[in-house]
Amino acid sequence: MASAEEASRPFAGLSDVSISEDIPVEGDISVPMSSSRRDDEFSTLDEPVKETILRDLRAVGNKFIHVLYPKRSSALLRDWDLWGPLLLCVTLALLLQGGAADSDDQGGPQFAEVFVIIWFGSIIITLNSKLLGGTISFFQSLCVLGYCIMPLTAAMAVCRIVLVGGSGTVSFAVRLVVVTASFGWSTFASTAFLADSQPPNRKALVVYPVFLFYFVIGWMILTFSPSQ
Amino acid sequence: MSSGSGNRNTNTEPWGSFDDNLIQGSSSAVVDMENMDDTSGSSFEDMGEMHQRMKEEEEVSAEAAATEDDTVEDGEFLGMKGIKGQLGRQVADEVWQAGKRQASKAFNLYANIDILRPYFDVEPAQVRSRLMESMIPVRMINFPQKIAGELYGPLMLVFTLVAILLHGMKTSGTVIREGTLMGTAIGTCFGYWLGVSSFIYFLAYLVNAQITMLQMLSLLGYGLFGHCVVLLVTYNIHFHFLFYILWLLFGGLSTLRMVAALLSRTVGQTPRLLLCGTLSVLHMLFLLYLHFAYHKIVEGLLDSLEGPNLAPMQRVARDVPELTFNVTMRTLGTLMRAH
Repeated sequence: MASAEEASRPFAGLSDVSISEDIPVEGDISVPMSSSRRDDEFSTLDEPVKETILRDLRAVGNKFIHVLYPKRSSALLRDWDLWGPLLLCVTLALLLQGGAADSDDQGGPQFAEVFVIIWFGSIIITLNSKLLGGTISFFQSLCVLGYCIMPLTAAMAVCRIVLVGGSGTVSFAVRLVVVTASFGWSTFASTAFLADSQPPNRKALVVYPVFLFYFVIGWMILTFSPSQ
Repeated sequence: MSSGSGNRNTNTEPWGSFDDNLIQGSSSAVVDMENMDDTSGSSFEDMGEMHQRMKEEEEVSAEAAATEDDTVEDGEFLGMKGIKGQLGRQVADEVWQAGKRQASKAFNLYANIDILRPYFDVEPAQVRSRLMESMIPVRMINFPQKIAGELYGPLMLVFTLVAILLHGMKTSGTVIREGTLMGTAIGTCFGYWLGVSSFIYFLAYLVNAQITMLQMLSLLGYGLFGHCVVLLVTYNIHFHFLFYILWLLFGGLSTLRMVAALLSRTVGQTPRLLLCGTLSVLHMLFLLYLHFAYHKIVEGLLDSLEGPNLAPMQRVARDVPELTFNVTMRTLGTLMRAH
């Protein structure tokens, strides 16, 4: 019946719902579905897996580049994805593993701790920026904050390499410089994206929690000491 | 089918068809109201019901098409299979839409963060001035003092306290068994802020003091500013005498501020004593606790510079030098001296 097709649009043709049986219903049953259209619909399903993965990887890599050179582009915001943050978070948590001498000594952050800090910290900052009147959406903000952990992850890798060489005063100084620089970079990169979505006089209110968040992560990296 | 003008018995639908009035051309031009459905409004539920009925009709027709399919050969009716797939997809799509609508209705009702939005409506200048004012007690206690009801400042102060506490715990090499540093820090700070606020609010309710829960949260939150300052200084400079001075000074000032605000809103000597005494004791003791519980000095440089290969910590009284510096500061000092 033609009314079946119209009925697929919500509440369309409601006036025609109660039709008496005596009134003849006319219409065209045929649903226009050519085979080419069916192929278009399934196009992303039929492509090789390699292509799908590469497309996502390219999108993630593109966003990494945007973090490296933070300028006011909306590419990070427009198509948000959480693959990059997940990758970075897992890498950082793995690098922060094995940072304590004995099994009793829980001085080193465990994997779950780092994970929880990063994700709950991001959620709280996002809620805060939304409550302060931000125009950015929840997942866009999570995406930005996650991607901007990249400099800190790089700093962690550098710190681990430096610590291989020894853990004296010089290595501490080097690590301090590296971590401070990457912390500043992370904060600057994320505020370049987040602060735009706020009313101009409240930027400081949004930047402070971001600063605190990256400070805690940077501090975790700086105080990491490898097991002997 | 109309078999005569007098025949009005064509009730094929439960609610009675329109046959009587439309086909047989009765003289009355008015639709008989008793034949209409009960749900004759335009409310959301009615639309939902009608939509449900439409969906059921579709499902019925889809089943009919399916049964028709089975009785014919395959070759000629690939088109019909396509239709069946299409209808099935439409049905699935509508089920999904209806489910999504329900879920978003529930979500908007319960998880609406807009409830909290008015409490975050602050300017940076306001936050700054309130931070400064939290250290300045106001002497006017005969008239209720104005307490700002915002949550941004207190929340940020609690998080700052968590960060400072973490720093203190780490550099003093505190070992937490069956727990994590982060969990302990967050639990302590949030537990204090929420727990003591609720407790004082409960006491205030008992003695009929004029203060709301939001105001109490805000007051206590801003009172943590003094704690943050003291701990920031004394976690890096382990000078006990300095800590006691700062404890009395900053802790005392912020406590006095809170006490004055509460006094101005309470009537009667005993209630005032009870409320303000409890608050000052808890507030000052919390600072004392934060300093001494998470700030043990272990002999031999237990910190991030050297890999810790020491035995797990014990709480033993040690001979602490008069004045010691945090390792970070010490390293910076060594670096600067080297140049």
